[in-house]
Amino acid sequence: MSGPHYIKPDTLSLHAGQRPDPVHGARAVPIYQTTSYVFDDTDQAAALFNLERAGHLYSRISNPTTAVLEERIAALEGGVGAICTASGQAALSLAVMTLMDAGSHIVSSQSIYGGSHNLFAHTLPRFGIETSFVNPRDPQAFAAAIKPNTRLLFAETLGNPGLEVPDMEAISQIAHDQGLPLMIDNTFATPYLCRPLEWGADLVHQSITKFMGGHGIAIGGAIVDGGRFDWEASGKFPTLTEPYAGYHGIDYVEEFGPQAFIMRARTEGLRDFGACLSPTNAFHILQGIETLPVRMARHVENARAIVAFLNDHETVEWVTWPELPEHPDHELAARMLPKGPGAIFSFGIKGGRAAGKRFIEGLRLFSHLANVGDAKSLVIHPGSTTHQQMDAESMKAAGITEGLVRLSVGLEDIDDLRDDLANALKASQRGA
Amino acid sequence: MDITVGGKAGFAATGGQPFKAGQPTIVFIHGGGLDHSVWALQTRYFAYHGRNVLAVDLPGHGRTAGPVLTTIEANADWVMALLDALDVETAALVGHSMGSLVAFDAAARYPARITALALLGTSIPMPVADMLLDSAAEGEHAAFDMVTLWGHSRDGQTGSNRAPGLWMTGAAVTLLERSGPGVLHACLKAANDYRHGLDLAGDITCPTLLLLGERDAMTPAKAAKPLAAAIPDARVTILPACGHMMMSEQPDQVLDELISIL
Repeated sequence: MSGPHYIKPDTLSLHAGQRPDPVHGARAVPIYQTTSYVFDDTDQAAALFNLERAGHLYSRISNPTTAVLEERIAALEGGVGAICTASGQAALSLAVMTLMDAGSHIVSSQSIYGGSHNLFAHTLPRFGIETSFVNPRDPQAFAAAIKPNTRLLFAETLGNPGLEVPDMEAISQIAHDQGLPLMIDNTFATPYLCRPLEWGADLVHQSITKFMGGHGIAIGGAIVDGGRFDWEASGKFPTLTEPYAGYHGIDYVEEFGPQAFIMRARTEGLRDFGACLSPTNAFHILQGIETLPVRMARHVENARAIVAFLNDHETVEWVTWPELPEHPDHELAARMLPKGPGAIFSFGIKGGRAAGKRFIEGLRLFSHLANVGDAKSLVIHPGSTTHQQMDAESMKAAGITEGLVRLSVGLEDIDDLRDDLANALKASQRGA
Repeated sequence: MDITVGGKAGFAATGGQPFKAGQPTIVFIHGGGLDHSVWALQTRYFAYHGRNVLAVDLPGHGRTAGPVLTTIEANADWVMALLDALDVETAALVGHSMGSLVAFDAAARYPARITALALLGTSIPMPVADMLLDSAAEGEHAAFDMVTLWGHSRDGQTGSNRAPGLWMTGAAVTLLERSGPGVLHACLKAANDYRHGLDLAGDITCPTLLLLGERDAMTPAKAAKPLAAAIPDARVTILPACGHMMMSEQPDQVLDELISIL
């Protein structure tokens, strides 16, 4: 007799968080497009407001459609709970605001999404929170940057745009030795390719606008609580371990145990900062997650073929993708992302900025826009768009050169994608 | 709150309200390898409705010092000693799974001190599968997985939590992982070895609720019939489609049932 097993990820992608509607039998997740919920009686109303009972009371704090999405993402990442927010940036802000106060400090990978870099480098300092940026390939750099007031270590599963793979096991060990949590932005990998909580991360952050939705029609974000970080033992997180006047002196760790972080984030952060996800966007993103496993497999398959094509092309100077043997994180990626290192990568064209411009303008199937992780293939020039607010030194530190072009490979037929790239590469060299 | 019991550190969560002498008291007793936080969606209500709540961490669990106690009777005596430490003469007891046996044993041996009894996910005897006992004895993670998976109904395993955004099986296995070495096995064995309980059932004098899950694979509802028949003033409620981890699978229904007897 073999033991029982957990429901597998491909099944969770379709079912987690939802049972067929008990009133009408609807199989799809209904869109509960409502701001509020009728109370049974005054006692139940008071109990809901005071966290004495579970349930929905106002859609800024929770909503039944969004709750399905939250459970599904928590299940796929292997956490104890999740919160979905209006955007990935809202999720990151919510996590930071839940964990720390003015006077705190973050140690972050220097190779992160430009929006996250802006938040850490330019916006949070206005609120008294400073960030040190370090090389994600050097766990000891994280250790060296930790200060007495550090409250969070942060990195991306696949760095942006160089696809650096941080050694999450080593960095989480460094974090835990100092009583600190590690948060990983898993947007580029999705839980299909990597589950950071299994490698020691304590919190996961995602823009679910990208591969999770997959269709490019809805903005959203998520934070997932791994439930394993010992806030009490750390002693550095009074928001979770000391009485909070916002709910009559509640102590979140005492009341909610492993779910303390996610409960505080919802009942304070969503309540007060209010960056909630709309139920309709939650519905759209749920439609995407249903097919996440099959889409991600195809994304990686197409990316693999495009990388091989570009790597052999005479006009291409270099291609960086962790599956390539020469990539510095090749072995780490093979271990932590065994199904493949995603479908976003960068390459350099001979001829620098001018050739890059002609290349992008020569594409027909690849769309030039500021997004990644769409079912359709996308292209962007980070130096003039997503990372333009960074100064030259930060750009260099993040591995962004003038001619760097980033692709997000979609689900189109591979022959058509190759033709489109071949034509645009030819155009890039005209006038050279 | 921290409570010294028998010279050792003990802990009971109070549902967000300070303990007040003279108020009616309800003790909540968790199952093996878990802790007081399993009652998060039940205790706070009572604390804000005029009762003292003591959601204990049994010895060797949560914030209460070890070692883990190896018999149901020893755990029951510890609960009574905790009440003594607070000068509480009478209290209602609520227990889940192994904790239901602890509550039952205390109510049977100290009937004058127990005002009401709620036994959740219960049966006497409470046989534990050899496969689970062996795995727990070996300290295998598989034991946590078995408790988590057998502990939730099939519906529970796909979620749909009344508490928004919480993932039940993830929370259960994470809480079990926090238990110290040997704690889960000691509790499962204590429950498995508590065979003579039915002989004591006639000694229980307080109103008693047996709250059972229709889809409970660990303590099947039908296995509780002999216990229900043996307790003089017992009534049975079966929660439709519910598994063993009923406080998270159906938090509101559990709370409503508890309100009806406490």
